[in-house]
Amino acid sequence: MPTVSVGRDCLFAALGQTYTQEKFEELCFNFGIELDDVTTEKAIMRKECHLEEAADDDEEVIYKIEVPANRYDLLCLEGLAQALRVFNGKEGTPAYTLASISKESMLKIHVHKETSKIRPYVVCAVLRDINFDEASYNSFIELQDKLHENICRRRTLVAIGTHDLDTLQGPFTYEALPPEKINFVPLKQEKNFRADELMEVYKSDLKLKKYLHIIENSPVYPVIYDCRRTVLSLPPIINGAHSSITLKTKNVFIECTATDLTKAKIVLNTMVTAFSLYCRNKYEVEPVEVVYDGGKSLISPELSEYSMEVPLSYISRSIGVSLKADEVASLLNRMQLRAEKGASGGEQNIKVSVPPTRSDVLHPCDVMEDVAIAYGYNNIPKTKFPSSEVVSLIELEDLLRLEVAMNGFTEIKSWILCSYQENFAMLNRTDDKSTAVIIANPRSADFEVVRTTLMLGGLKTIGKNKNKSKPIKLFEVSDTVRLDGTKDVGATNVRCLTALYCGTNSGFERIHSLLDRVMEVMATPFVPIGDSSGYYIQRSDHVLKNFDIPDPCSVLELDIEPFLQA
Amino acid sequence: MAEQAILSYLETHEEIADSGNFAAECGIDHAEIVNAIKSLHGFLYVESQDIKKETWVLTDEGKRYAAEGSPEVQLFLAVPAEGSIAKDELQKKFDPAIFKIGCSQAGKNKWVEMGRQVSRKVVQVEDKVKDLLLKIQKGQVCSFITCSADKCLKTWKGYSVRKGPSYAPQREKFATDLTRENLQSGDWKKLKFKEYNFNAKGPPSECGHLHPLNKMKDCIKRIFRMMGFEEMPTNRYVESSFWNFDALFQPQQHPARDSHDTFFLKTPSTTMQLPEDYVERVKQVHESGGYGSRGYNYEWKREEANKNLLRTHTTAISSRMLYKLAQDTKQNGFTPKKYFSIDRVFRNEAVDRTHLAEFHQIEGLICDRGLTLGHLIGVLEDFFKRLGMSNLRFKPAYNPYTEPSMEIFSYHEGFGKWVEIGNSGMFRPEMLQPMGFPEDVRVIAWGLSLERPTMILYGIDNIRDLFGHRVDLDLIKKSPLCLIGIK
Repeated sequence: MPTVSVGRDCLFAALGQTYTQEKFEELCFNFGIELDDVTTEKAIMRKECHLEEAADDDEEVIYKIEVPANRYDLLCLEGLAQALRVFNGKEGTPAYTLASISKESMLKIHVHKETSKIRPYVVCAVLRDINFDEASYNSFIELQDKLHENICRRRTLVAIGTHDLDTLQGPFTYEALPPEKINFVPLKQEKNFRADELMEVYKSDLKLKKYLHIIENSPVYPVIYDCRRTVLSLPPIINGAHSSITLKTKNVFIECTATDLTKAKIVLNTMVTAFSLYCRNKYEVEPVEVVYDGGKSLISPELSEYSMEVPLSYISRSIGVSLKADEVASLLNRMQLRAEKGASGGEQNIKVSVPPTRSDVLHPCDVMEDVAIAYGYNNIPKTKFPSSEVVSLIELEDLLRLEVAMNGFTEIKSWILCSYQENFAMLNRTDDKSTAVIIANPRSADFEVVRTTLMLGGLKTIGKNKNKSKPIKLFEVSDTVRLDGTKDVGATNVRCLTALYCGTNSGFERIHSLLDRVMEVMATPFVPIGDSSGYYIQRSDHVLKNFDIPDPCSVLELDIEPFLQA
Repeated sequence: MAEQAILSYLETHEEIADSGNFAAECGIDHAEIVNAIKSLHGFLYVESQDIKKETWVLTDEGKRYAAEGSPEVQLFLAVPAEGSIAKDELQKKFDPAIFKIGCSQAGKNKWVEMGRQVSRKVVQVEDKVKDLLLKIQKGQVCSFITCSADKCLKTWKGYSVRKGPSYAPQREKFATDLTRENLQSGDWKKLKFKEYNFNAKGPPSECGHLHPLNKMKDCIKRIFRMMGFEEMPTNRYVESSFWNFDALFQPQQHPARDSHDTFFLKTPSTTMQLPEDYVERVKQVHESGGYGSRGYNYEWKREEANKNLLRTHTTAISSRMLYKLAQDTKQNGFTPKKYFSIDRVFRNEAVDRTHLAEFHQIEGLICDRGLTLGHLIGVLEDFFKRLGMSNLRFKPAYNPYTEPSMEIFSYHEGFGKWVEIGNSGMFRPEMLQPMGFPEDVRVIAWGLSLERPTMILYGIDNIRDLFGHRVDLDLIKKSPLCLIGIK
């Protein structure tokens, strides 16, 4: 996205009001541009020169504003301020006009056919009776740079030349000649150069050398002359010194040479619409006739508005807001698109006139977008799609199961029902009648109790797999059930993780490592005993009874639900 | 033996003043005494204090040189007095470490001429290093040490020892772990076990680990599936400019198509096959518009479209999938679709803390009749809320293939400001209609990078720590589970 630097105070003056930075950022956000940086001229200089001086208080504040890549009209202060003024409803979109002069008195430029070998197109215009001050003059120069870097693709597609018309004498010719035949004093030089020599000189010019390749290997170079054979420019490289513009220039001749005619027209329109503001006849541009070999001719610039009929229903149905034609028209007016209710019966249309500043509008969808922007993206009511939710505990279980398996433990799935003996006595626990759900009608002793602990299944599994090679590492993530007076049925499931190690020694360290790992992936810190901000291990007095396991075992069991409560 | 000697001595004496002297008196190696002191200290049988002496003792390396001569002399002696020896051959005679030191020192001392052949430059040499080491070994104090000998020496360190709070003349034996034998013999009931140290973590677990980017990817996949999206097959890095750009109504002079931004290919440089009738419609819409559009009005070049590249966005896949869907629509009528993808894309960018030439793009799209901007905002709210971002704002933006386009901003509590978190929009009719979709079919889509939310989640500020071979392995290992969309 291109960035434009403008003086804050100049901008606010042009907007007719001042803003706090926050309010201005808000305005930018809603319009679709962005205040990228706030700096000062001197701060930029200091940065470039790596100086560490303190800033003065009176330095002019510069706003660097990022604009969309297809909005060439916003590349200078004049265009930016106008767009925001119109967006704020302070003024309407200006109507740009061509000065009405007869075809005979119109300035002409003759295009020689050799130009088709290198750079076939040219379009021109004149800004009459212009009044530059230092700020507007600098802005005029900077806009050319911005256009060259962006839409002109570093001058390959289009190159702009601006001249003091009073130093020249029309008609002009746009020619393509062998470099040895072109002689002139270029801008910022004192002496005369032959074009081929000049190219050699510019090979060491930091700014210009990147453009040389565009014409360097061509047998002919494009060149523009006036009727006295004064060189206006050697596009796309350099202008002549003779016709260079100054702060005092009153009449500006603009030429855009190009390999892409559409873009040349856009560039020219961008220049003249932004700066016709400073002409005595505001927003008026004097046309130039471009005459091709063979008599074909065109008048430039083309400032006519492009008109589009956009169905109201298309706009409403795309945005998802039902709008009336009048509302749409006034929203579009704030985006510099002149719009009115269409006359046609049946389906209601909006008649839109796209001014020459808005080359980005290609399709009714671009109009629809402008309606949405003016309406405010953040005011559009949301329409939700049906979608599903997850159960946190289930998802967490899955992630933990994967993690424990990655630690080398094998998953088992054990029975939830067990015998009373197993759940208590065999684990050296006594039943205080406050934990276990007891079955009333068990078919066998195996189904007397709903387990209150998950380790049981693991111990029983090891007992039945005594002959397997050691160590045996098992885990399970599953539910136990405990009595819970707060629940309607008086009991609640508690999801637990258990892991068991069985080998020639207890392998407590392996179980300890696994616990550390589980805590690590749950981002739970290891803390001193008694601290509630993380996890610690404390001795408790459960004793392993024999589940017919001849080998020592270590067991880990923990509730996983607290992980979700953090 | 050493342990018992210490405990017995302290039974009748107040203190062992110097472990070195004590070792000498007992005739036990000092190292053994030191180990016993450390162990007894750990169990509080004794208290010990460091004593350091500025005398020098020989390391193993030093002892070896004292016996066999310094490396440089060994090397010198291996070179024949007359003539020369091939370097390779000389090397075979030595341990690599000795050879390396020998060459460097003998060269520095100008004793030998080093080259492919090695020959003597002096007739005889004196082994000062060996002499010095021998003196030290005998306990003769030396004030002068040559630099080649410094690795052979270390400062002597010993302890003074007194009774500790748990002193006993005999160490009690604790079992460190319960064994099968303990269980079988039943002696586990009588055994005293060493206390577990719960103030320390367990040993590091030897487990596998998943990459944090993939953890995040899995979470986001889960979110998409919950929202009813199906995944697109994205196993196609090489793409033609046509599918990557032209089909998306991105003009051929667009800056993104510069070599500054895109990796173009030398081999295979061009694409072989494109659907010709569709190509023709795309060309038309670029050049002169159609479907209600003015077009870009430039000369569209097939060569540009044919240029192969590494896809710059997964939208290249979306354009293929949508084209397929449009063809299917012609045959069987229109079916609405919700697609997503999370995969690698490539940009010819300078690599820095936040940019890589490769990264992952997350993309979601919905293709249906009657979709509005309200739907887009609605689906984005749902999606980002599941990612933990509920406060969203939308900014008008520009993108060649979406209109309207919206940048998505979220208020970041930690940074205290609005940050851009993604891009979205409604695909342009100039993209959809040449594919063959009916006029009223709309596509809303959004995209974001996988790296950025991952870096925020795991607090990583340099992308190279996260992704690629400069990755910090500890970071992979320590990264917690990604619970986004779960909690």
